Amino acid sequence: MNLESMYQEIILDHYKHPQGRGLREPYDAEVHHVNPTCGDELTLRIRLAGDTTGDGRAALVQDVSYDGEGCSISQASASVLHELSAGRTVGDVLAVQEEFLALMQGRGQVEPDEDVLGDAVAFAGVAKYPARVKCALLAWMAWKDAVATALTTKVAT
Amino acid sequence: MTSSTASLARGSGDPARVPSGRLLDVARVRADFPILSRTVRDGRALVYLDSGATSQKPAAVLDAERVFYERHNAAVHRGAHQLAEEATDLYESARSRIGALVGAPDNEIVFAKNATEALNLVAYAYSNTTAKAAHGADLPPGAERFRLAPGDEIVVTEMEHHANLVPWQEVCDKTGATLRWIPVTDDGRLDLDRLDVIGPRTKVVALTHQSNVLGTITPVAAVAAAARAVGALVVLDACQSVPHMPVDVRELDVDFLAFSGHKMLGPTGIGVLWGRYELLEAMPPFLTGGSMIELVRMEGSTFAPPPQRFEAGVPMTAQVVGLGAAVDYLQGLRSADGTLSGMAAVAAHEHALTAYALEQLAGVPGVRVVGPRDTASRGGAVSFVVDGVHAHDVGQVLDDQGVEVRVGHHCAWPLHRRYGIAATVRATFYVYNGPQDVDALVAAVRHCQEFFGVAA
Repeated sequence: MNLESMYQEIILDHYKHPQGRGLREPYDAEVHHVNPTCGDELTLRIRLAGDTTGDGRAALVQDVSYDGEGCSISQASASVLHELSAGRTVGDVLAVQEEFLALMQGRGQVEPDEDVLGDAVAFAGVAKYPARVKCALLAWMAWKDAVATALTTKVAT
Repeated sequence: MTSSTASLARGSGDPARVPSGRLLDVARVRADFPILSRTVRDGRALVYLDSGATSQKPAAVLDAERVFYERHNAAVHRGAHQLAEEATDLYESARSRIGALVGAPDNEIVFAKNATEALNLVAYAYSNTTAKAAHGADLPPGAERFRLAPGDEIVVTEMEHHANLVPWQEVCDKTGATLRWIPVTDDGRLDLDRLDVIGPRTKVVALTHQSNVLGTITPVAAVAAAARAVGALVVLDACQSVPHMPVDVRELDVDFLAFSGHKMLGPTGIGVLWGRYELLEAMPPFLTGGSMIELVRMEGSTFAPPPQRFEAGVPMTAQVVGLGAAVDYLQGLRSADGTLSGMAAVAAHEHALTAYALEQLAGVPGVRVVGPRDTASRGGAVSFVVDGVHAHDVGQVLDDQGVEVRVGHHCAWPLHRRYGIAATVRATFYVYNGPQDVDALVAAVRHCQEFFGVAA
């Protein structure tokens, strides 16, 4: 185990050049998530399009915009999430989210599926540092929350 | 080796930079701490700089707990058998020595599970008294001092640890009292120009003795005088002072003082509350049950005098015995030149190390210390930020070098907000740290800057 396995080039690159950062209009839901142990904060907005009926999995993720403060892992993770989710269906991204969650909670024992994870596979090394798993998950948990909120709102209106 | 500085110079690259002052013989002290000989992260020597979170334990403390369980274990203050007598004697003798450390008589020392619980015990005296008074329940004589009404004020400071902030927010929520706070200055001191926050409606002033983030030692006398002038009680969070400097509760002129065992070489699971006896007597119980009663009937109960009133259930006996051993250990320390002993020797050692750390970190471009940059009224907590690298990432790189520090807001989130910082890196020093640990810290910080490409 060494630092390089955690701070993969992809992660450092996303950290230094975050994709899609900044809060944008219009949006269907905005959530604010914090990591209480370290004080990292993330505000995330989601804009959905297309078919938002039923379980909403067919809906399209039109935009994920975010802003916040946090370590390289949490910020890079938000950037990767933005790239991975824009233009895909909620169902597709949920599948990535579930795979990512399993990887992060796997204590380094879970073999990552690169076909599903894409760039998010770079975070595999983080799973070996339990204290940092929450950093990697912050944006993904916020995204899931935002999707649920957006779908509820859309169905209600 | 006759010179204290010489005996500590090992591992330090530049002898001219070795701190002056009365240091402990660190090599000898370190030999008493089994954990310090282990390695971390693939064979790195352990550089433990997180004693502000929890300290390591000397063999004497571990032995005291083990011997208690091997030879004397029994429930204290119960039973007439020999083991119960021995366990009770050990428990009460530790209470005496722990009290003596801060200049307090036995009957003013209350044991809790940690300092957080000790502070809550005082906070609950206010909300419980207020709730009982609201429907005319029986209260001890003098309980009026603990009764709050809407419009009354509780004053804290902006540099409090959550443990001395959140309980008071809760008291306000339950009683309708208002929380006010004394702000901090840009250079990390309490703003004494704003002591007027303490006013005629102030009932309690709760403050820290030494900030766990900034290292600032607060001007307790000035704050206590302002509190006295309006008849308010003073609660002092001494978690970062009692382990590190001589503290005398009478000299401080406060009413309550809380500290934790695990930050002063003792076990976890033991915190200490000191309170003036007449105030403890006027307080309703906190936790209730066995051991804390005087008389129990189905219709109701009366309560034991302090400190037993506040020690419900079988207490954390081995932990108290262990803390007693930790106090003995601290009292037995001598500066290497033999001129200082006990807590004075500990304070002098940390003062020298802190000065050295501040000086060394000041020499690293891109590193900014949050808190006083000089050692006047300042203890050994050194928090800093590294420009361009988040504190978590700094901590990760340091950990990779075997340097264990704390990162985050250190349970002082409002203070971090005040300075516009999400998180800091904090190094804290104790009796087993020497200049070589500061050197390792500085080298690891430089390595971190290189790793993230922000080195100047």
